Amino acid sequence: MSKVQITSSINGESVEFLCEPQQSLMEILREELGRMGTKEGCATGDCGACSVLVDSRLVCSCLILAVEAEGKEITTIEGIAGEDGLHPIQQQFLEHAALQCGICTPGFIVATKALLDRNPDPDEETIRYWLAGNLCRCTGYDKIIRAVQGAAKELAHQA
Amino acid sequence: MSEAIDYKVIGTRPIRPDGVDKVTGRAQFGADLNLPNMLYGRVLRSPHAHARLTRVDVSKALEMEGVYAAISRADFPENPSDLGKNIMARDKVLYHGHAVAAVAAKSLICAEAALALIETSYEVLSPVLSLDEAMADDATLLDDECFTKNLPETPDKPSNIAAVMTLSRGDVEEGFEQADVIVEGDYNIPMAHQGYIEPHACIANINESGQGSVWTCTQGHFEFRALTAKVLGMNVADLKFIASEIGGGFGGKTTIYLEPLAVLLSQQARRPVKMMMTREEVFRASGPAAGTHCKIKVGARNDGTITAAKAWLAYEAGAFAGAPMGPGAMAVFAPYDLENFHVEAFDVLVNKPKVAAYRAPGAPQSMHAMESALDELARKLDMDPLDLRMKNAASEGTQAPYGPKFPAIGLKECLEAAKVHPNYTSPVPEGAGRGVAVGFWFNVGMQSSAEVHINENGTVTIIEGNPDIGGSRASMCLMAAETLGVPYEQIRAVVGDTESTGFSNVTGGSRTTFATGMAVIQACEDIIGQCKSRAAATWGVDEDQVEWEDGQAIPSPGVNADVKPLTLADIAGNAAKTGGPLLGRASLNAQGAGASFSVNMTDLKVDRETGKVDVLSFTAIQDAGTAIHPAYVEGQMQGGAAQGLGWALNEEYIYDKDGVLENAGFLDYRIPVASDLPMIDTQIIEVPNPRHPYGVRGVGETPIVAPLAAAANAIRDATGVRINDLPLSPPNILAQLDNA
Repeated sequence: MSKVQITSSINGESVEFLCEPQQSLMEILREELGRMGTKEGCATGDCGACSVLVDSRLVCSCLILAVEAEGKEITTIEGIAGEDGLHPIQQQFLEHAALQCGICTPGFIVATKALLDRNPDPDEETIRYWLAGNLCRCTGYDKIIRAVQGAAKELAHQA
Repeated sequence: MSEAIDYKVIGTRPIRPDGVDKVTGRAQFGADLNLPNMLYGRVLRSPHAHARLTRVDVSKALEMEGVYAAISRADFPENPSDLGKNIMARDKVLYHGHAVAAVAAKSLICAEAALALIETSYEVLSPVLSLDEAMADDATLLDDECFTKNLPETPDKPSNIAAVMTLSRGDVEEGFEQADVIVEGDYNIPMAHQGYIEPHACIANINESGQGSVWTCTQGHFEFRALTAKVLGMNVADLKFIASEIGGGFGGKTTIYLEPLAVLLSQQARRPVKMMMTREEVFRASGPAAGTHCKIKVGARNDGTITAAKAWLAYEAGAFAGAPMGPGAMAVFAPYDLENFHVEAFDVLVNKPKVAAYRAPGAPQSMHAMESALDELARKLDMDPLDLRMKNAASEGTQAPYGPKFPAIGLKECLEAAKVHPNYTSPVPEGAGRGVAVGFWFNVGMQSSAEVHINENGTVTIIEGNPDIGGSRASMCLMAAETLGVPYEQIRAVVGDTESTGFSNVTGGSRTTFATGMAVIQACEDIIGQCKSRAAATWGVDEDQVEWEDGQAIPSPGVNADVKPLTLADIAGNAAKTGGPLLGRASLNAQGAGASFSVNMTDLKVDRETGKVDVLSFTAIQDAGTAIHPAYVEGQMQGGAAQGLGWALNEEYIYDKDGVLENAGFLDYRIPVASDLPMIDTQIIEVPNPRHPYGVRGVGETPIVAPLAAAANAIRDATGVRINDLPLSPPNILAQLDNA
C-alpha cells in the first residue's frame, strides 16, 4: 500500500507528513511527528487521553484517520500554552493538584479548552458531562472539576 | 490525639515540581520515547483459556520482510518459574491472552501482520472459571504438580488450591455461645482491574553481550530489573532500568510482562525494540485483582460487644499461585479488638490472568464482607453502625489479629469525626440510603535509598529510586525543606535509574512517602552534619559548638565566636576550600510503618425501574499520620473512593463459558466517569506515626477498602434489601429487588 501525503496545520505550524491510509491521527502525531503529549490510553475512543482539537472541535485523535487531517487545523496539548507561559487551565490544574499520575491530564486540558471556548461559565453538571469522555483513574475527578471551575473564573477575570 | 507540631512547610500545598511538564505534554511516559533505528514488538496471545500448547513455530514470521526477530518458549531458559511461564507460555496456556510468541518488525503494521504467520497448535482443555469449580474434588487441574501448601499433612494428590492459611485466637465456638445475636453472610466480589489509563510499555536496547538498557513504566525499576534478569538468566549488573513517568499503576505495575520479551527481541534483532500493550491486552493479560468468595459469621452481646467472628475467604489467584489471601485474612478483622476469631483463606488457581496487587490487595474483598455483616449486626442490635464499631474498635495497645500490638492508631478518632460530620448528622435525603464502613491497611516500610546533593549555589537536588506515581516528588521536597530549613522552591527531586541511585523497593504498599521519605530526611541530616563540620572548620570552633537553624549554621548559645551565620549557599559556595562537594546519603530498611484506618460514608439513591444507582454524596475520613502535602493526601482518598465505588457499583470481569473475557475495553469495563460522581468530601485525621520523624503513615491504599461495603450498606438502607454480591450494577440490583 502506498503512503499518502498530508498537509495540515499543527499548533499553528504547517506540517507535511506521509501516512498509511489506515493510520489514526493519534498514531501519526505520536510515532511520526513526535507530538508525544497526545497520550494513548485505549485507541478505541473510550478514554479521551488522546483528545485534540480539529478545527476547534474536540475529537479523540485515535478515532480519526490521519488522512482526514488534510487541510485541517489541529491543536494538541503542546499548543495550549501561549507565549506568555502556561494557559490558565494548565495553571489551575497545577494549583488545584488536579493530577496525580498525569497521563490523562493533556486530554483533560484540551477537552477543558474546548468546553470553555464554547461555554465560559459552565455549571458543575455541565463540566461533569462534558468531561465524561475523559477517564481519570487517580483523582476521583473532584480536583479536576475544581480546576476547571477555577480556570473559568480566571479566564472571565482576564476577559 | 498528639499535640500538633508547628511545621514550617509540611502541611502546605505547593505546586509539584514535575507539574509543568505534565500539564504541557512534555512528561515522558512509557510509550513516549522513540529511539533511532527502533523496531516495534507485538505479542501473539493464546485464543484458548486452557490448552496444551503442542506446537509453536515462528520461522515463517522471521522470513517476512521487515521482521527482525521472533521468539517463543524455545528462546527462554529451561525450568521456568511461575513468573517465567506467565511471561511466555511453555507446555500449557492457562488463560485467554497468555503470551505464546512475539515478533519485532520495522512497523506496528508489519509486526501485526507477522503474528499471523506464526504457526501454533493446541490441545484444548476445559477451562476452570470459578472458585467452586476449581475447589471441587474432581476439578480439572491447571497444574498437575500443584500440591496445596500449609496443610497439616502433605497432600497425596494435586489440587487447584495452591495454598491455605489460618489465623485464630481464643475459642470461636465458645464466643458464639456467649453471643445474643449472630449474623452470617456469603459474599462474592468479582475480579476487577486497576484500570490505570497508561497501558504497559517499554523499550529495550540490548547489545550482543546481553548488556543494555530498558526504559519502562513501572512502580519499581530495581525490582523490574531483578525480575527480568531472573526470567532470562541474565546478570542484573548488565541491565540498566530507567523508570519513565508512570501513568497509574495501583499495584498493577509492580510486576513484569513485556520487559523480558523486549530484551530478547532487541538482543536478537540487535536494535532497540519498543513494545506497548493495547488496552485489550491490558485487560486480558496483565494482573487484575482477585475475585473472591467470602463467608462471614459474627456474634455479639446485646450491648454490641463482638464475642466471636469467623471468616472463610477464597481468592482467585488466576493462572499461577499468589492471590492476596494473606493480607486479606490479616485485614478482615484488623479494625476490631476481638477475643475470639478464626480465619481460613485459600489461594486458588483458575484459568484467568494471574492476579497482581491492586491497592490494599485482598482487603477490599474480605472487608467488604465483614463491614457488610457488621451493618446487619447493627440493624439486629438496633444500634448506630458507628457506635457498634466504636464499641469494638482497636486502639493503641490492642493486639492486631496478625500479631503485633498496635502503636498509636487513629481508628477511634476517625469514628468520632464521622459521628459529628455534617454528612452523618444531616437527615438522609428523601428516597436515598446511607451506608458507613471502616477501612484499613497495614502499610509497609522496606528498602529505600536517597542522595541529597547541595549544588554550588546552595540549591538542593534529591535523587531517589521511587517512580512518582501521584506527587511523591513534592512530598520528598517538602520533607527535605523542613529538615534542611530551606525553601521548597530551592529543592528538586529526581527519580534516578538503576545505575544512578541506590536500590529501592517498589512504589507500593503506601511506602514511598514513609520509607523513601525517611531516607530523604536522613540524607538531609547527613548534609546538616557535614555543614556543621564545615562551619566549625571555617570558624575554628568544635563541631559540637555549631547548630543548624533555619537553613544556616550558627554558633551554639554561649559559644564565644564573633561569626556570621553560614547559609547552605555560603557553605556550598565555599565547599572547595572546606573538603569538596556536599553529598548526603542514606539507605535503610524502614521499620515501623503505621497502619492507616478510615471511615467512609455515602448517600446513594437507587432507581427501582432501571436499577441504576446515583451517588449523592461520599465522605472519606482517614488517618494519614501526618499529611505532608494535604492536597495529594486528599487526592489519594478521593481516587480510592472512586475506584472503590467503581468496584462496588459496576466493575467486573465478565467471562463467557470458554473463558474469554467479554468486556476487555473501557466501553464495557466501565470505570467511573466525571458525571457518575459527586464531589468527594475528605477529612484528614492526623494521629502521627511514632515511628516516622514527621509522623507519616502512608495513605495510598486504605482509601479503596471501605467504599465497597459503604455502598452496599447504603443500598441496603435505601431499598431494605441486602445484596451480598458485587457489583451492585443495574441488572444485579433489579434481579435482587425482584427476588425480595
